[in-house]
Amino acid sequence: MSNLDAAFFALADPTRRAILARLAKGEATVMELAEPFEMTQPAISQHLKVLEDAGLVVRRVEGTKRPRRLAKGGIEAMDQWLRMLRKALEKNYDRLDEVLATMEKHKKGETR
Amino acid sequence: MSKMTLKTEGDTHVVVTRRFAAPPEAVYRAHTDPKLIQKWLLGPEGWTMPVCLNEARPGGKIRYEWTNGKGGGFYLTGEYLELEPYRRIVHVERMHLPDPTPDNHIETRFDADGTGTLMTMRMTLPDAQTRAAMLATGMERGMEASYVRLEAII
Repeated sequence: MSNLDAAFFALADPTRRAILARLAKGEATVMELAEPFEMTQPAISQHLKVLEDAGLVVRRVEGTKRPRRLAKGGIEAMDQWLRMLRKALEKNYDRLDEVLATMEKHKKGETR
Repeated sequence: MSKMTLKTEGDTHVVVTRRFAAPPEAVYRAHTDPKLIQKWLLGPEGWTMPVCLNEARPGGKIRYEWTNGKGGGFYLTGEYLELEPYRRIVHVERMHLPDPTPDNHIETRFDADGTGTLMTMRMTLPDAQTRAAMLATGMERGMEASYVRLEAII
């Protein structure tokens, strides 16, 4: 729970969210992660460090490789992020409900 | 009670539906009149839309600029392709973050539903990766989803 702020900070970056989305499909090495993003491996490593510090991603040692995978908390944090975004969209439409109610009132006022 | 549904369709579509208590004419106007758009298309609490250009005619331009009042902001541009007043809108749009995202092609339908309206917004992205990125970015109208968890949380 103390990690939540770090998790939200980590999720605030689109590249890091894309990395999480990729890792949600399975384990991947830094090289595999760097490929679709057209970023250098050090740049990806930097993003991975933020994700690891936030407890969203864990690494494993396999010979010279350090494949990363999603931590259990990573999935939960992603869900929370999505719920937040869904709320923002719902909030738009709740506001639109109010706008429509006001329009309806004005219309009735006009016809009287 | 959640009146909104959001689901992915195929590899490149996102479909959002929402019911409104007002007739299609009013919902359509709320999507095309800048003064009305500025009242609701705002996303998270604390954001406003100081610039709202909406030329509701085929070929007309769209430009929305949002700010959080603390130096944060981004904008969206688009063009109208087709408009059937009070029934249907087809347009393309892209976010500028500040680099432009790939075009999102959107058909929005306003169908009478009793005394209200059923709105169906069908988005088409160029490819699966773009859709995932858009859903992950989630800024567009608070849009959301992920490869993995979308079905579970809806």
